[in-house]
Parts: sequence; C-alpha cells; structure tokens
Amino acid sequence: MINEMSVQTIRNVFSVETGYRLSDDQIVNHFPNHYELTRKDLMVKNIKRYRKELEKEGSPLAEKDENGKYLYLDFVPVTYMLPADYNLFVEEFRKSPSSTWIMKPCGKAQGKGIFLINKLSQIKKWSRDSKTSSFVSQSTKEAYVISLYINNPLLIGGRKFDLRLYVLVSTYRPLRCYMYKLGFCRFCTVKYTPSTSELDNMFVHLTNVAIQKHGEDYNHIHGGKWTVNNLRLYLESTRGKEVTSKLFDEIHWIIVQSLKAVAPVMNNDKHCFECYGYDIIIDDKLKPWLIEVNASPSLTSSTANDRILKYNLINDTLNIAVPNGEIPDCKWNKSPPKEVLGNYEILYDEELAQGDGADRELRSRPGQSLGPKGGRSRDSGRTVLTTWK
Amino acid sequence: MLQEESDLSLVIAQIVQKLKGSSLYAQLERQAWGSWEKRILKSLNSMCTELSIPLARKRPVGEQKELLNKWNEMGTDEPDLSLFRPVYAPKDFLEVLINLRNPNYENGDSLSFRTHLGLIQVPLKVKDIPELKEFFVELGLTTGQLGIDDSTQVPPELFENEHVRIGQKVLAEQDSAAAQQYIRQGSPTALRAELWALILNISSQPEDILYYEQLKTNVIQHDLLVDSLIYKDVKLTASNDDYYFVFEDYLYQVLLCFSRDTSVLGHFAYNSASPPKSYIRGKLGLEEYAVFYPPNGVIPFHGFSMYVAPLCFLYHEPSKLYQIFREMYVRFFFRLHSISSHPSGIVSLCLLFETLLQTYLPQLFYHLREIGAQPLRISFKWMVRAFSGYLATDQLLLLWDRILGYNSLEILAVLAAAVFAFRAVNLMEVTSLAAAEAVLADLSTLKVMPLLQIFLFATVT
Repeated sequence: MINEMSVQTIRNVFSVETGYRLSDDQIVNHFPNHYELTRKDLMVKNIKRYRKELEKEGSPLAEKDENGKYLYLDFVPVTYMLPADYNLFVEEFRKSPSSTWIMKPCGKAQGKGIFLINKLSQIKKWSRDSKTSSFVSQSTKEAYVISLYINNPLLIGGRKFDLRLYVLVSTYRPLRCYMYKLGFCRFCTVKYTPSTSELDNMFVHLTNVAIQKHGEDYNHIHGGKWTVNNLRLYLESTRGKEVTSKLFDEIHWIIVQSLKAVAPVMNNDKHCFECYGYDIIIDDKLKPWLIEVNASPSLTSSTANDRILKYNLINDTLNIAVPNGEIPDCKWNKSPPKEVLGNYEILYDEELAQGDGADRELRSRPGQSLGPKGGRSRDSGRTVLTTWK
Repeated sequence: MLQEESDLSLVIAQIVQKLKGSSLYAQLERQAWGSWEKRILKSLNSMCTELSIPLARKRPVGEQKELLNKWNEMGTDEPDLSLFRPVYAPKDFLEVLINLRNPNYENGDSLSFRTHLGLIQVPLKVKDIPELKEFFVELGLTTGQLGIDDSTQVPPELFENEHVRIGQKVLAEQDSAAAQQYIRQGSPTALRAELWALILNISSQPEDILYYEQLKTNVIQHDLLVDSLIYKDVKLTASNDDYYFVFEDYLYQVLLCFSRDTSVLGHFAYNSASPPKSYIRGKLGLEEYAVFYPPNGVIPFHGFSMYVAPLCFLYHEPSKLYQIFREMYVRFFFRLHSISSHPSGIVSLCLLFETLLQTYLPQLFYHLREIGAQPLRISFKWMVRAFSGYLATDQLLLLWDRILGYNSLEILAVLAAAVFAFRAVNLMEVTSLAAAEAVLADLSTLKVMPLLQIFLFATVT
C-alpha cells in the first residue's frame, strides 16, 4: 500500500508522540524531516554548513577564488535569516546599496508573501525586532529569508523565466536520486524590466504559475511554459553547444550538491521516497542559481500538456518507488531496473559512484548527460568532477 | 495511303494542341491569379469600408511616441481586433487551385494524367520516386544524416563529430556553395544560424541595420490596415503555440517592417503573380496615383506569421532576424501561396503529393477518396506553412535545412506523403474526413528524417 500523504499527515505519522509505526508494506511519499531541504531558511543553513565542512576537510570542492567566492559551491544567492541575521544583512546591504533584495516567508509557497526591496526602510520592522535581544521564539510564520535578488536573469523573448525540475530521491544514505527529463520553464507574461518603478509588479518578477495565471495575458493553451528541450535547442542555437552543455551539467551538479548537503541530517526512513520540485534561475552569464526546493510540487495542471506531464510524472515516480507494481516491501534494495525509469534518468547513485566497478552507467559521454535525446545515463559522482575541471 | 495521312494529321494536331496548350497555360496562370488577386483585394477593401478604416494613414505624433516606447512589447498592446478577419486562409486558396483547369485539355497527352484522381487538375510535370531518389541522393540509407545518425544509440565518433568538424570548416572558409551542399545532411544546432546566413548570403552590414531602422521608422510614422491583420494573425497562431509564444514581440517587429519593405517587390519579377495595387483616395483608376498595397505587395493570410516564428530560435537580433526572414520569403515561401508552374510552386507540390500517394499507396488513396477525405485537403495546410506549427521545432529546422540544401520545396510534398504512409494503417480504418483529420492532427512527435528516408529509399516500389 502506498500512502499519499500531505505534509501535515507526515508530521503526525512520524511524530514521536503518536507512536505510529509504518509496517513493512507501507511506503510514504515524504521524508519525515524533508523541511531540512524544503524550507528556505533551513536549506540555506544546511548548504552553508556543508560548505564549511568541506572547507575544513580541505576538499577540492570547497576551493575559493581570489574574492573568497566558492568556485563550485556558490549556487545559492547570498541569503540571510530575518530577524536573526538582520545586522549581518545590513552590513552586506551597505556594501552594494543599489542592489535589490527579495523577501520570502520561510514556510509559504506559490509566491505568497514575497516582495522586493531596495531600501532598508522597507524592512524597518526587523530592525526594531532584532534590537530586543532576548526575544521570545517566534512562530515559524514570522520567519523570513532575504536573498540577493538576481536582477540579471537570462531573458528569452525579453521575458524572465525559471526552471522547474523534478527530482526523485529514493534514499539519502546512500544517496540515490533521479532527474525527470521533462522539466519545464515558466515564463512571466510581462516583459522583464529591472526598473525600480516595477518592483511591485509581481507579474514581472515572480514566475510562479499561481501568480502568473491571474495576469491579463495568461494563455491557457501553453500556460507560459516551455519544455526544457526547447530551452536547450534555443540555447544551443543561439549560444553554442559547449556553453549549453556546461549550463546543464552545472544544474545537475547543484541539485546533487544540495541533496548531499542535507543527506547527513535527513531521517533516511526506509519507508520513504520523495519527489521534489526544484526551482532554478539562470542569469545572463548562463550561471544557474538554486532558488528553492519544493516538497509538494503542484500536481495540478494548467494546460492539457501539463496534465499529461504530471500524469506521467506520478506514474514514473511510482514505478521507481514501488518495484513491479507489487506490494511494496520497504526492505528492498531500492535499485530499480533500468527499464522502469520511464522519463527519469539516474542523476546520482552514491553506491555506483563509490564502487570502482565498471558499470554500464559509467560509459556515457561526458558533458552530455541529460539532453533532449535522453536515454544517456548520467555519469556517477566521480566522473562528474572530471567533466567540470 | 489514307491511313498514313490521317496518322500524320493526328500527329500534327497533337503537336498544335501541345503548342496551344503551353502558351494558353501561361495565360491561364495569369487569369487564375488575376481573379484570385481581385478577390483578395476586394475582401481587403470591403473590410476597410465596413470598419471605416483607411488602408493607410499617418500617425499623429503622440501615437508615434507611444508606439516607439512600446516597440519591444507590442504583444501587450490589445487593440480591438474582433472585427478583423484574416483576408484568406489556406483552405480558401486550395479551392482556387482545385478549380484551375486548362480548358484546352480534352484528350490528355499523358494517359496517366487522365487517370489522376486527385484534386489538382493541371498537368504539370512532377518527379516520381526514382527521380526523387536521384535528386535527394544525400538522404539515402548509406549517407550519414543529422536527425537520424546523431541519436543516442549511435556513438558520435561514427558520424556526428566528423560532420560537426566539417561544418566548422565550411563556416571558417565562408564557402556558401559548400555550405549548401553540406547542409543536405543536416546542420548541427550550434552551427545552424551561421550556416543559414551563409547560404542565404546574409552578412549584417551596417547598411542592413540602417535599412531595418528605416523600416521601423516607417512603421512608427504610418499605420496600415494590414498591421491589424498581422496583429490578428500573430494572436491567433504564434501566441498560442507551445514553442513560439515566447517570441510574440519579435514577430510584430519583423512583420510590420516586412509589409513596408518595397525591396520585396523585386521578387515579383520571377513570380508569375503581380503585386496588388490600390489608388490614392479619390483617384481610382488613375495610374499615376496607383500604389502597391501593402508596400511590399504581400497580403498576409491566416498563418503567415508562422513563416517567421521558427527563425526566432536561431536569431535574436531583430535586424538579422528580419534579413533572414525576408530572404527566406523571396526565395522560397512566396511560392507556397502564389499560382505558378514552377516545380517548387504550391500547385506542383500538391500535384507531386497526390501523384506520390496515388502511385505508391494506391489502396490508401482510393480508400480516402471513397470516404470523402481527399488527402490533399488534409496535407495542404502543412505544405502551405512549410510544416511550421505542425512539427516539433527541432524537426522543423532539420526539414528547413534540406529546403536550403536542395534549393527546393519539393521535400514538403515528399514529407506529406511520407506522413500518410506512416499512418496508413490507422487511416485505412477511418470512415470519414473528420476521423482522417484526427489521425493526422498531431505531428509533433514525428521524426522527419527517418520518415523521409524510409519513404524514399526503403519502401518497395
């Protein structure tokens, strides 16, 4: 039996108090503490911790450039928690006073409660709150993160877009994750402008479909969405193959790194699997940025194509999570045969990466992991690094 | 003796017939086009009168400023287009072609034509499969192709890598003829924009950019009725397309300038059509007050913007995009909506399609005819649009590679026939035109090159 559970039910199921235990034939579509990855503040915390740890170990992954920026792990925009890091934020803000920052409530989704600021006065509230040092713990609803806004997004047809990619994790230790080949781009209906007069116009800045679909120009046929394959074709045609491959390799890289960052703290309950919705923005230098990870990505559809995509997504996810469509046994080794992957491709398999054995997974072409042609399995961990350096 | 004499006179009569037929055909062409043209113009004029909008007017300064500000986002402008309708749609044009007949054509000189059961009744010469195999020899089974031999299962060392290397060399040497030969095997995505520019001899000099800016100024200063038709077309077609909606604003920038580009009139020299004319108000019939309308002589029809849309995947600089489109139009696309006897003209393409089907898939052809689903009625719109909006973009670009490579549109007719061949099993089971349309409604998953290759080179004929 597979239990489709809401996030709240998960909390109940895994809560220590209820004493509920899942039986061997029950599997669940969330990890108990997925919020380590999916809450905006905790994700950033975990990534920062992960980077520091790698630095301490002297790992080459944590290498920095002459400005002190991580060479390979700088994929999250500068972020601070509010009110806790308010003073740190102010220091950073003053270094580049003309920058724009984006305020996001930690626990909300669908673009709710987000706004942009470019003046300290716009967030006076936290200035006051942070001064009362012995502050009683705030309810999670009050917590915000503030991140440096990427005001130079890559534009296509003059419009801003972001990428929504689906990543399935069947186990965190060892890490085994799959990337859905049919991700998509979400375009804003309105032309992008970094002009300060339009900072309040959410149709210009926020790509969430939940917001865009209320815009005047929202189209219900294509829903403002492009397939990732279209993006790839466009970039290869206008920018060249190498930079496009590099971009996609980097995207896969940052997804794997984000999962590695939270793997140590995740409750790797064997009853669990999870399909995340990754939101990525590409800037005009073709650098991808991880914006956030969603635990319950919308499975509703806004267009006919969407409906087909989401149906296939659920179908393929369940095929991997539950072998052979039989009654699940959480004790299985979570290694599905290649044929059931459907539209998923192996993104990273820690066991394979660590084993030196020559495996068919390793014999793929470097730098061309998940293109429109698909079917080429991803190189495992070790070789990922070599395609980079 | 008598027998010989009568044989001889028969032969002479046939020769005279042939001679008569040929010049009459040219006349016929002109007549047919002439009456079609009149119809279109009449439609345009009546729209004009109904809506009390002039064909052209100068914009007041305020409006000019506004348009200039909005130049990069004309898509958000929502003029009331509800009363405008496209001047014609492909199916209207098809009716004209169906009614083309050579009145002198009584006893056909080619028996096979007498048994032609398709919609086109004009005896033009079209290639058969052996001739097509020769013409498209580079698409054969033993030659590497992009669209087939670059798929996942094939190691890139076998073909792809070398092909890319050759493409880079061709570009480095700026050899237009070599590029045209090269592209018959398809273009690597990263090289396509440059290769097409090389083949079309587009080089983006400062004077080209200046020319485009000049056209843009014309658009700002004058408003044309056709502008509304262009808006309407983009809104109806490209804006709703999964691939092209992103580029809506570029389409306006290109098409509005295009309609004012009088250099396009040059193509009428080799086009048997002539540009529609209009007269300055109050001077109807006075030749010195005649102007070509629209200035480029091309009246857009429903779906016209789809000629431009795929190009937006390759060029994002407006003046370059414009130049490429204009060249593609005057070399190729105009033939898809004018009447001529040229082998790449739409009439020949229709005939080629029907002949291929009737000759090599006779069962299917007869079946569809029986149920009132003449194949051309379905495939016509694909060919008129050069398959834009019907195929996935990457496949469409591979197809257009070959149009450039072979300098011919015949591949459109071959592909149309190949699509029918591919779906033949399902088509044999349908019992109505609507059902046949449904089987062929979605071409977005088709892989163009394998279809063409199988149809031309791997089908037993």
